[in-house]
Amino acid sequence: MDNNATTMVAPEVLDAMLPFFTEQFGNASSIHRFGNKVGLALREARQQVQTLLGAEYDSEIIFTSCGTESDSTALLSALRAQPNRKEIITTEVEHPAILSLCSNLETQGYKVHYLKVDKLGRLDLDAYKKLLSERVALVSIMWANNETGNIYPVERMAAMAEAANIMFHSDAVQAVGKVPINLKNSSIHMLSLSGHKLHAPKGIGVLYLKRGTRFRPLLRGGHQERGRRAGTENSAAIVGLGKAAELALAHMAYENSVVARLRDKLEQGILERVPHCFVTGDTDQRLPNTSSIAFEFIEGEALLLLLNKHGIAASSGSACTSGSLEPSHVMKAMAIPLTAAHGTLRFSLSRYNTDEQVERVIATVPDIVERLRNLSPYWDAENNVASIVSENNTTGFDPVYA
Amino acid sequence: MWQYSDKVKQHFFEPKNAGAVSGANAVGDVGSLSCGDALRLTLKVDPESERIEAAGFQTFGCGSAIASSSALTELIKGLTLDEALKVDNQKIADYLDGLPPEKMHCSVMGQEALQAAVANYRGEQLVDDHDEGALVCKCFAVDDLKIRATIRQNNLSTVADVTNFTKAGGACSCCHEVLENILEDELSARGELFQPAPILKNSKVATEIVTETATEKSIDLSIGQATLAVADKKQDTVFAASSVGNKRLTSIQRMKLIEKTIEDFRPTLQRDHGDLELVEIDGKSIYVNLIGACTSCQLADTTLDALQQALIKVLGELVEISVLSQQQLASLSEV
Repeated sequence: MDNNATTMVAPEVLDAMLPFFTEQFGNASSIHRFGNKVGLALREARQQVQTLLGAEYDSEIIFTSCGTESDSTALLSALRAQPNRKEIITTEVEHPAILSLCSNLETQGYKVHYLKVDKLGRLDLDAYKKLLSERVALVSIMWANNETGNIYPVERMAAMAEAANIMFHSDAVQAVGKVPINLKNSSIHMLSLSGHKLHAPKGIGVLYLKRGTRFRPLLRGGHQERGRRAGTENSAAIVGLGKAAELALAHMAYENSVVARLRDKLEQGILERVPHCFVTGDTDQRLPNTSSIAFEFIEGEALLLLLNKHGIAASSGSACTSGSLEPSHVMKAMAIPLTAAHGTLRFSLSRYNTDEQVERVIATVPDIVERLRNLSPYWDAENNVASIVSENNTTGFDPVYA
Repeated sequence: MWQYSDKVKQHFFEPKNAGAVSGANAVGDVGSLSCGDALRLTLKVDPESERIEAAGFQTFGCGSAIASSSALTELIKGLTLDEALKVDNQKIADYLDGLPPEKMHCSVMGQEALQAAVANYRGEQLVDDHDEGALVCKCFAVDDLKIRATIRQNNLSTVADVTNFTKAGGACSCCHEVLENILEDELSARGELFQPAPILKNSKVATEIVTETATEKSIDLSIGQATLAVADKKQDTVFAASSVGNKRLTSIQRMKLIEKTIEDFRPTLQRDHGDLELVEIDGKSIYVNLIGACTSCQLADTTLDALQQALIKVLGELVEISVLSQQQLASLSEV
């Protein structure tokens, strides 16, 4: 139930990859027949990814090592290609692959605008429109949020950027394979995806680069990827990603019907059985596989440890799972109260999850939540209510110092 | 996910003394929602003897916060208040066979709850000296606030300074970028420019300096990696210097000398909650067992190197220190 973190390699993907570890070991750049076969396989994989993304040309697909590399390449390329533009527009709920780079760029004289979100995690397009100016080198907006599953109106925002002559990038790591994408009819110039989120292996990513977009490579060297990403191709992983892209396209309807139904069943089942919990994010515009539920008065890591004991894997936006002392920046941005932000659980399903598994989770979660609430000073176990009732409540739990 | 010890897991999955104590006459509330940790400790104290008859906890927090709370109540039950106040966060962490550095604050919260409860019982006002910044050095659990305070107090201006004073950055060195940013910040606040050395000097220059001072300087472990690195360079020089004119030792003399050298060395380790013991001497091979914080320390090898150098120096012969594996230890018979 943690498929936004990573997914299992599909058996068909593994089968497609195996020959490239053994007899097909050639270097795609070689002229001889060992290399040539690999070269042909890479071409097929490129076309499979092209089809999934609805890209106009297969040469718009650049294979990289991961989603993070694609993101870094996109941002740094836009800045280096347009040295006179020193501003970036992004959101405060992006993945760290964007946010950490942006905060680093801020120390080097760049100005980064972080679009705010409302309580459901939605963006304000009027505020966005006001920021579009000739000083902006790039707009980078995630297609879907990894924690809440919120889908952002990137196609519309890209069109707005195009009208203002601004380059547009989308980190679509969570969206690719889960929602239909058709880039040839969009104004999106660059897009990042990561193989291991769609049943391909880890260590392979893609940067989509629309033909004609000004580009400066991150890695220079050999002629691989037409000089836009030097370094010998990870041929086995590329072939795997191609196969995974083909499978994702074939399962697109399944993902949006069966998986979505499983997700809804899980969410409803938990909400009905556990008091004081609620869904975070925008349930109207959301990935079909993701559900983020905040459980008040308890802490996420403790929840995960107990779930893990029952063989259930999920993830949490709590401070303690990240190693920082702050709860998730996404929950913070949505102004989720701290009593709940620390207790968020994210369930993210895949086409390999079953009804039985969902039922098992629904049966397990209520007991675990109750057990932890009985330990919590913010919870009155005898009366089954929160012990903080209001601001001026003197009987409730209110620690002397922070 | 974190690497929790079995003891932590045990106290998380089966916590002791969970819930409020009925008839409690001391309550300590600490923590905050913003850090995701909060703890209410309730105690029942016998007014005559000031002995803690019962202790209970209610904790909002992660696995190690709950385990630390459970450990705290186990540690203080039956103690007098004065005895209980000696239970500090390190004792809680030790009781749990250690906590990951990012999680040490959970044991601090336990200690603070205890102090708050005692203050509450005695009707005292507790001074809030709680401060905690973002964790910078994960090897030695040093946070941002401590680093900044130390830089200001001692007018530090290089990463090596910071390492020498706080240990931060002394092991894996991954946090040096953050340390440089902090230094740049602090130096500009006092009107100076941060000018980092372009490279880490590690080879010939260092060796030359050491050659001159090796004979008069003893090995000082307490100031971190910089000195340890120097100690490393001493090897050849020291060996050459002390073996000349050395008299032969009897087996007993040699054993006692090894024992004494190790004894002299231990307080340095104990300061960092580590320790080691001598287990076996087999010719040129000296076997030790690492204890406490040393078992998980990234600098353990460097520490052992330094001890090896010290032994080579006093014995005037080349010896080698090895750590006994758990298997080898288990095969030894109990004394």
